Amino acid sequence: MHSHVVVLFLSAFLFSIGAIGVLVRKNAIIVFMCIELMFNAANLALVGYSHFLKSIDGVMLVLFVLAVAAAEAGVGLALFVLLFRNKGTIDVDKLNILKW
Amino acid sequence: MIKYVWLVPFFPLIGVLINGILGWKLEKINKGIIHWIACGAVGLSFLVVWMIFRELLNLPPEHRHFEIIVYNWFTSGVLSVNVAYLVDPLSITMSLFVTGVGFLIHVYSIGYMGHDEGRYYRYFTYLNLFMFSMINLILANNFVLMFLGWEGVGVCSYLLIGFWFENKEFASAGKKAFVFNRIGDFGFVLGMFLLFFSVGKYTDIYTLNFYNAMSHVKFIPVAVASAVGILLFIGATGKSAQIPLYVWLPDAMAGPTPVSALIHAATMVTAGVYMVARCAPLYLHGHSAMEIVAIIGGVTSFFAATMAIAQYDIKKVIAYSTISQLGYMFLGVGVAAFSAGVFHIVTHSFFKALLFLGAGSVIHALSGEQDMRKMGGLKDKIPVTYWTFLIACLAISGIPGLSGFFSKDEILGKTFASGHYFLWFLGTVTAGLTAFYMFRVLFMTFFGESRVEPDVAKHIHESPATMTVPMIILAVLSAIGGYIGVPHLLGGSNRIESFLEPSFSYGGIETENLFHHVPAGTEYFLMIIAVLVGLAGIYVAYLFYMKNKSIPENLVKKYPTLHKLLYNKWYIDEIYEAVFEKPGHFLGSVLWMIWDELIVDGIVKGVSNIVRGIGCGLRFVQTGSVQFYAVGVLLGIVITVTYFLNF
Repeated sequence: MHSHVVVLFLSAFLFSIGAIGVLVRKNAIIVFMCIELMFNAANLALVGYSHFLKSIDGVMLVLFVLAVAAAEAGVGLALFVLLFRNKGTIDVDKLNILKW
Repeated sequence: MIKYVWLVPFFPLIGVLINGILGWKLEKINKGIIHWIACGAVGLSFLVVWMIFRELLNLPPEHRHFEIIVYNWFTSGVLSVNVAYLVDPLSITMSLFVTGVGFLIHVYSIGYMGHDEGRYYRYFTYLNLFMFSMINLILANNFVLMFLGWEGVGVCSYLLIGFWFENKEFASAGKKAFVFNRIGDFGFVLGMFLLFFSVGKYTDIYTLNFYNAMSHVKFIPVAVASAVGILLFIGATGKSAQIPLYVWLPDAMAGPTPVSALIHAATMVTAGVYMVARCAPLYLHGHSAMEIVAIIGGVTSFFAATMAIAQYDIKKVIAYSTISQLGYMFLGVGVAAFSAGVFHIVTHSFFKALLFLGAGSVIHALSGEQDMRKMGGLKDKIPVTYWTFLIACLAISGIPGLSGFFSKDEILGKTFASGHYFLWFLGTVTAGLTAFYMFRVLFMTFFGESRVEPDVAKHIHESPATMTVPMIILAVLSAIGGYIGVPHLLGGSNRIESFLEPSFSYGGIETENLFHHVPAGTEYFLMIIAVLVGLAGIYVAYLFYMKNKSIPENLVKKYPTLHKLLYNKWYIDEIYEAVFEKPGHFLGSVLWMIWDELIVDGIVKGVSNIVRGIGCGLRFVQTGSVQFYAVGVLLGIVITVTYFLNF
């Protein structure tokens, strides 16, 4: 197998784990971590292509994604802290009042 | 001064703005400010018109035509409409008496409306707004601006008829006037469009300017010109209360009496005659339309006079008399005697305004009583009113020397000369009826023993000077106003005719052979007949209501059906109600219940119900579970990606 296929497979594998985690886990923090996993799967693919195509563009994009993900983590974790204070839980199944 | 003609409508507009916006405040401070502003505005307009008139007289006749453009109102495709004023003998003659008589009636209103608390300012605002619209109607140099004035006077008429709107009957009289005017205006608008397109089609000149359109009207086919003339005349029948749209005018007497004098006698109702005169070349070209104008005018004048003789409400008699006299004017313009028609407008505005002001003074003296059966013997109690009223009655009856004689005779003579012998006959009979019913009013009101109710009789008083002075001025004008048009036959030079002539004769259409040559002897004979018929009318009235009062009662007993027919005004109102109002009402209910409730509402409600139903079903997709949404997002991505990978 070519090495870029390995990188892609790894990226797809990580993305799937993340996606399934987002869909099935109930703890909001775990869901959040799974989202981070999906980000990094995408980052891996970008870095891989950057390497194979001898272009700096992919690496640049990854830097942006990391910065945005960091900011998002800050906001997200703060939300969970507040949710826990008000509701006493961060189980995503129980946080469903915004419906019909 | 001519280029400042825009000042004429400008002054009343300023009056409207000041009294309309600040009037409620001014009324609390001092009522005097309100009427000084209102009367002053009209007075200044009159002065401007007078100066323009003097200037016009100093010019040679062929140069008496100016169009002053104030600004471009709108331009749309080939149509360009200016706010522009036309100064020519016709428009200046009209605005001269409109502002003059208008000013006198404004002054009269100070006394008449003095007791009306709380909306004095509203009355004068409406009155000034009316003057503004009327001046626009007269001075406009194109149909569109004229139509603006045409509608404006209709609105003011509506507002002033329903001025005492607490009384439901008065309010509906206002509505009736408005609706009938609107029916007519519809014809006017159609006529305007047809003229615009037909002149454009045949000459490639797309214009609504009077002078341009009328100079080119001879190039369009006679049938089209007649159609335009008839449509415009429908507008005139509404505005000028002719058959078949006259029924609103008697009900319009619900308004304050000065309003009846100003709007429903002297000025607004003559707008239709003015319009026909203004479109003289069009009517000369489309002669079947002109024939219709003459016939409607002649028949209306007779018909309305018969209705006037059996009325007991003093204002109603004068209202029918107005319809009748307007019929004369249409008869005049309808036989191509345009200057005679306009001459009669002028003299009529003097004596008819005076009759209304006199009636108003009587009503004022009797604390609001309008029924002539409860009057009588007022001659010595209100002498100024009596003498002025008498002069007006003599003038309208066509007594030689007074204004009505000259103008009426001019119309009848021209009618005869143009070969409309039957219409001449109707007109002459009408002259007798006119004299009869006017003197019936005079005798019932001012002579005989008093039939006034005792508690009213204590308050009888002559009106204040603000009311009597305008009446005296109008009485003088009614007496001498005719000398501007003394016919050649009586040694005069008919100055008004030679003054007005250029306003009618520019269309390039021959009018020479419209009138036969009538020998002087025949003319004298016709004149004498008309005078004798008038005198006979007066004598019969004297016989009936002074000498032997049992005659009218016996006549009523002898011909009860005829009296009932006349008293109920030929049942025209009832016929209109049965023919138009009832079916219209029925049609309205049917359309309301079937078309509106069932179909329109059905569609509207059906659409909303469908949307609501779908929404009700779909809202359960919103579960609130974040992971359910995530599944949705994922599925969406998978479907999208699959789609784009495969195609």
